Amino acid sequence: MADQHIKLPEGSIEKTTTTLNLGPTHPATHGVMQNILELDGERIVSTEQTIGYIHRAFEKIAERRPLYQITPLTDRLNYCSSPINNMGWHIACEKLLGVQTPKRVDYLRVIIMELARISDHLICTSIMGVDAGGLTGFLYVMTYRELIYEIYEEVCGSRLTTNIGRIGGFERNFNDIAFAKLQKFLDEYPKALKELEGLFSRNRIFMDRTQGVGPISAERAMNYGFTGPNLRAAGVDYDVRVHTPYSSYEDFQFDIPVGTTGDSYDRYMVRIQEMWQSMEIIRQAFDKVKQFKGADAEIYHADVPEFYLPKKQDVYTKMEALIYHFKIIMGEMEMPAGEVYSAVEGGNGELGFYFISDGGRTPYRLHFRRPCFIYYQAYEELTKGQMLSDAIITMSSLNLIAGEMDA
Amino acid sequence: MSLTNEKIKQKLTEKFGELVTGFEEPYGMLTFEAPKEQNLKVMTFLYDDEELKFRFLTDLCGVHYPDNKGRELVVVYHLHNLEDNVRIRFKVFSNISKPDVYTATGLFSSANWMERETYDFYGVNFVGHPNLIRILNVEEMDYFPMRKEFPLEDQSRIDKDDEMFGRGGSMGYGTEKATTGTIAEDDKDNVGDELI
Repeated sequence: MADQHIKLPEGSIEKTTTTLNLGPTHPATHGVMQNILELDGERIVSTEQTIGYIHRAFEKIAERRPLYQITPLTDRLNYCSSPINNMGWHIACEKLLGVQTPKRVDYLRVIIMELARISDHLICTSIMGVDAGGLTGFLYVMTYRELIYEIYEEVCGSRLTTNIGRIGGFERNFNDIAFAKLQKFLDEYPKALKELEGLFSRNRIFMDRTQGVGPISAERAMNYGFTGPNLRAAGVDYDVRVHTPYSSYEDFQFDIPVGTTGDSYDRYMVRIQEMWQSMEIIRQAFDKVKQFKGADAEIYHADVPEFYLPKKQDVYTKMEALIYHFKIIMGEMEMPAGEVYSAVEGGNGELGFYFISDGGRTPYRLHFRRPCFIYYQAYEELTKGQMLSDAIITMSSLNLIAGEMDA
Repeated sequence: MSLTNEKIKQKLTEKFGELVTGFEEPYGMLTFEAPKEQNLKVMTFLYDDEELKFRFLTDLCGVHYPDNKGRELVVVYHLHNLEDNVRIRFKVFSNISKPDVYTATGLFSSANWMERETYDFYGVNFVGHPNLIRILNVEEMDYFPMRKEFPLEDQSRIDKDDEMFGRGGSMGYGTEKATTGTIAEDDKDNVGDELI
């Protein structure tokens, strides 16, 4: 009678493949997501992704919040480069409200956004090294990410979830310490980036582990809605900063690095080259900012009293400032009705905000176009027929951020 | 030769005539709608035409307009012509009782998860989708949470007056009087008895 207690699934004896469950919490997934891999030996036959473990319903929450309270929600999308999300959100609002920002604000924003891009790419490239077996690079560059975080700290007071900037500009002007720290970063970082490149770019082991791993053709990448470094690695020179310039990106000279094969190595190389380009943009922006003298150097926000919080001392002494302060804090400012799609080049690609306003105080509908969410569905195609260890490095080369994927 | 909004509009009306309606240009982006049975035909035309070449699906999402009787749900496609760098917005309206819309997965692989997300939050049934299951919410969920009939805050709360907090005015939600309190009137005297 013993055989009655052993209930094997139908056909399980004939099954020749192994099912491996990777995640949701596994060091190799770099975030909360699950992959169910079907393995034939060590080759991947098929994968199935489960996401949504940290879904926080931001789109629903945003329907009940005034604009300035939505900025902290955007922080938590791609938390490796939250300033880009914040700026993207402000730019979307400004487009809807018809706010024109002064040039100095645009240049300061460019500095912050490019710093965020560097910190994002720094994580991705060095984590790829960790997954290939080299921990040194990752620990080494964290020192330099710290320098970026110190600049954020000087500007907005926080480090990871920054809530930086306001509609129309910044909450306060950059102080001298912030500029000194920026100069320090510009001086010290190139050396570190060179060393990071030296550790991996021509490293035999790293090249063998990444070349030809997780490749995608340009055509398939576009069909899958790839954007950002992952699309450029496949050879398509699409960059929102150039195609639809925002925040005065048209004033800067920079190259768009592209790859050829769309494999993990190309994705790594594109990110490394983008960091050099970002450095170049920051240098140009810093020079432009330095040219503002006297009263012009005090401009750090546009004149939008309906949405930009007045100074606290004015709130206590001036009637008008008090009224605006009260109305903004209570969320009573009404927006024009309309719908707008505004996109910025995020760390992972085109980060879009589709914003429908019905003229009320809160968005009627707000949809985030999250690049991670869209390109992760290509993961099965990328890893089919590859080895298990390649799947891990493919995942880290895509730079999947669970916060952005699940919104 | 650049592609202008007038040109796209002209080509669409040439091909589909009266079927394509509601042309607008909010903030410079050409927006139009078509009957939901026509969505694939319109998108295939936009994809295949040698001049239009809208071959990149930027975004796909749903919107719910509860007051729009007979056409409550909208599926919004954002399409991008990467060569001429032109974006358009294409809308398909559907009624909420039978929200069947043809899937765009045959045309764009990227539509797969975006349609699952739209199904998950709005309940749009994408006909022909290979794997139309919930993606971000739990499988056991039996409602579509982004629809407007689900207000964000617990409506049974009686301890605060939303009007005093600057909320509930413009949207019409939150202004309804709570019908049932969290504590029934009869039980009010008994609350805290266990603690004493």
